[in-house]
Amino acid sequence: MQKVYGSAEEALEGLLFDGMFIAAGGFGLCGIPELLLKAIEKAGTKDLTFASNNAGVDDFGIGILLQTRQVKKMISSYVGENAEFMRQYLSGELELEFNPQGTLAERMRAGGCGIPGFYTKTGVGTVIAEGKEHKDFDGETYILERGIVADLAIVKAWKADDTGNLVFRKTARNFNPPAAMCGKVCVAEVEEIVPRGSLDPDGIHLPGVYVHRLIQGEHEKRIEQRTTRKREEA
Amino acid sequence: MPWDRNQMAERAAQELEDGMYVNLGIGIPTLVSNFVGDKDITLQSENGMLGMGPFPFEGDEDADLITAGKQTITELSRTSYFDSAQSFGMIRGGKIAAAILGAMEVSEKGDLANWMIPGKLVKGMGGAMDLVAGVGRVIVVMDHTNKHGESKVLKECTLPLTGKGVVDLIITNLGVLEVGHKGLHILETAPDVSRDDIRAATEATIV
Repeated sequence: MQKVYGSAEEALEGLLFDGMFIAAGGFGLCGIPELLLKAIEKAGTKDLTFASNNAGVDDFGIGILLQTRQVKKMISSYVGENAEFMRQYLSGELELEFNPQGTLAERMRAGGCGIPGFYTKTGVGTVIAEGKEHKDFDGETYILERGIVADLAIVKAWKADDTGNLVFRKTARNFNPPAAMCGKVCVAEVEEIVPRGSLDPDGIHLPGVYVHRLIQGEHEKRIEQRTTRKREEA
Repeated sequence: MPWDRNQMAERAAQELEDGMYVNLGIGIPTLVSNFVGDKDITLQSENGMLGMGPFPFEGDEDADLITAGKQTITELSRTSYFDSAQSFGMIRGGKIAAAILGAMEVSEKGDLANWMIPGKLVKGMGGAMDLVAGVGRVIVVMDHTNKHGESKVLKECTLPLTGKGVVDLIITNLGVLEVGHKGLHILETAPDVSRDDIRAATEATIV
């Protein structure tokens, strides 16, 4: 089966529909599927629900889909860096479901592993627990959280082979593996597709079974907060 | 003299023991790493890294290498990377020995509020709820009072909670308080701050 496509637009062909649920990898602007997000903007798909840790910034990442009003709902843990997001949310145009970061990651992982729900201590006694089933185990109280299964997962990796085996780089891995796992279909964008056999099988971070379509492209990889030290401090 | 930000961070660093894996929040907690001395401490960043190094030299920034505060950072020879599900697996699973966090309010029962002020811009809880529910020990570092001079150490939190009964130790500019079964215990005072000074500045029950 051919998994490699020529462009982000081609890789998404036939997968997009209005009102769909998309899981996206990335943390802040690090390791986000920037090419696939641009292609979704171009396709004009509307009423999207996104499960994504953050919402990008105004002109990058999911932020570009907020500008075009293509997003109906966000499931995120932190959305502080996006002014347009806040404007739409406060005016009631955009729905927002806050999830604790680890709960969101585990919801994706569980959904991808065929686990429809799990109990966690996270959020017990807070607004997050309201309306959720509580259960005691060994004297501690836990709440039930649901696994996520998304119509589509979009992720970004460093390298892939043509079978979809993925390798990530440093902290750009973040939500990408759990997001990929929870998609009924997963499209990955990578910086480099390498010949089959050139990735160490022991060093694969996400096996190709989770990845259905694949593109290679140039990434901007924007830095959100550039923090440095002076050489003389060393 | 009450402690300043660096002295509070230095005091918090004394709570860390050799060999610990620790998560530091933003603000004063980040400064704690400057005071660990010879202790073998591994810093966790919840976006998927154990073994955080210092900021990169100018020109060496890497867009693929950031902290949970989204700042560029460097790796060490001991560093490992992992995905967000595994990162919070080690947090929720109690493998991270301690988290040092800032706070808006803490109650005498160890309730913590540090993510939301109703009516103000809500940015989200990020990983704070997972951290306080999961790590071995939660140490709060904050000013004892707010800018209006009101106690941030309360009988009950007024703000939405990040976690219920999760805080173990409170380090403020006035001293160190431990959360006990019947109230707070003063363990230590800053230089020239008396126990009565702390009582006067605290709404919560001190036993």
